[in-house]
Amino acid sequence: MAGHGSSAHAAELASRPGRDGLMSALARWAFISVSLAFLAALLFAPLATVFVTAFSRGLGDYFASFSDSDTAAAIKLTLITAAIVVPLNTIFGLAASWAIAKFDFKGKSFLITLIDLPIAVSPVISGLVYVLLFGLQGWFGAWLQEHDISIIFALPGIVLATLFVTFPYVARELIPLMEQLGNDEEEAAITLGAGGWMTFFRVTLPKIRWGLVYGVILCNARAMGEFGAVSVVSGHIRGLTNTMPLHIEILYNEYAFVSAFAVASLLTLLAVVTLVIKTLVEWRTGYRRRR
Amino acid sequence: MAFRQPSILPGFGLTFGFTTFFLGAIVLLPLTALVVRTAMTDWNHVLEVVFSARALASYRLSFGASLLAASINAVFGFIIAWTLVRYDFPGRKIIDALIDMPFALPTAVSGIALTAVFAHNGWFGQYLEPFGIKIAYTWIGIVIALTLIGLPFVVRSVQPALAEVQRDLEDAAETLGAGRFYVFRRIILPTVLPALATGFTMAFARAVGEYGSVIFIAGNLPLKTEITPLLIVIRLEEFDYGGAAALGFVMLLISFVMLLTINLLQAWGRRRLVGDRR
Repeated sequence: MAGHGSSAHAAELASRPGRDGLMSALARWAFISVSLAFLAALLFAPLATVFVTAFSRGLGDYFASFSDSDTAAAIKLTLITAAIVVPLNTIFGLAASWAIAKFDFKGKSFLITLIDLPIAVSPVISGLVYVLLFGLQGWFGAWLQEHDISIIFALPGIVLATLFVTFPYVARELIPLMEQLGNDEEEAAITLGAGGWMTFFRVTLPKIRWGLVYGVILCNARAMGEFGAVSVVSGHIRGLTNTMPLHIEILYNEYAFVSAFAVASLLTLLAVVTLVIKTLVEWRTGYRRRR
Repeated sequence: MAFRQPSILPGFGLTFGFTTFFLGAIVLLPLTALVVRTAMTDWNHVLEVVFSARALASYRLSFGASLLAASINAVFGFIIAWTLVRYDFPGRKIIDALIDMPFALPTAVSGIALTAVFAHNGWFGQYLEPFGIKIAYTWIGIVIALTLIGLPFVVRSVQPALAEVQRDLEDAAETLGAGRFYVFRRIILPTVLPALATGFTMAFARAVGEYGSVIFIAGNLPLKTEITPLLIVIRLEEFDYGGAAALGFVMLLISFVMLLTINLLQAWGRRRLVGDRR
């Protein structure tokens, strides 16, 4: 769909017979304006307000927002978390898609449902389950305290909650792609004597690389932007366990709107970059995943 | 029958083992802890928390607002999908790409941005205020936030289904004298319905559990504008782990039912498509 140029689209539309009456023109106009008005109110205005508020007191104040040491610490923590979570979920996504797309086994669709589970679960529950396990009154709470290990209200808890929330993204991107591409080339490589790893790196990886890029980038955006799950496990300690989204909340509740929206503008840019890469990947491969 | 069909490709043991191990450690074990914790909590306390007036009011709000938001999305999501599939206009591709924005945008960002736009001094709020319409810090604000995050699910479900509608059939029907609405009702709607239902359920499921974008715009007054996920956070802050687990268990059950419904709807959609092609 998305892979074809808009000229082909236009040509296809132009070739429709009997569709040039006044009613058609009116319907077309109505559909386009209702769509644009709805998106403008719900999506474009909020996006614009992020940047308008962030720059409302000039460039100087905008950049001054990031020199605050707590803000810098929040950005650093978010980067560290993503640097741990994204590679782990990428390895998981590659392993899961290899097992699921390349082989037929019993309970495959059940396994896919389980992998998708974190998307259906409320982010608050994603954080809650780790508090129940590792919190002070949790299953391992007493043991962890005895050994002086902190998981909840510390980096490991934030990493675990983020892992949970972003768990399915790479796998969901790769499984349908690998299934669509089939096994023929891999089977040929193995038959000709290539090893498993060689087949993976030389045959499979080049085939799926664009899907992988988008999966990783989406996983990264969700990891950096996760709010609910991280909020439950973080403890909101300024400068220590505050990630960027949590820091936005604190700044916003302190009426530091320029700083709050300045930090928000960084995450908004991240989302924009994510979508640009997604669009490029779709143009490149002419393939759109069906949700 | 063997567990696995034979294949000459290697690596099943390694990848399947790692997949199930990681899935178990990160997702299944923690979720089991939630269920066990609920079961181990004093049952009177569980019932007290789950059926408290505050909890009941929060279910009503979370479900009511999510249902309304998903319904709004079903209507406008369909219109947007139709516009993107059937019409060409300047900027169509950019609009198409931007549909995924709520999916990529952190919920805290959409939360503060929507609140800023709809607050009494915001871009839209200032024009609605004189008419006595308050959006921020009321249930209407919650519905708007939930509509935003659910939109991509409906549009992205409906788009491919709309593209599959056989235009020859429409043309044939029109040539034979069928009116526009007849064509819509008898040809387009039946093809798109499973996808629309799937998108609706996905948007609804996502909305019920949503936290980040809602708490900024909600006002968070107990019994009035307090959603269920927020009530879980409050129980946790009171160190009532059992109560938090019980509420979480209720929401988890709902998620399972939703996931099952989505799978059934998708299976229905696939059967429809196969039937059409025969």
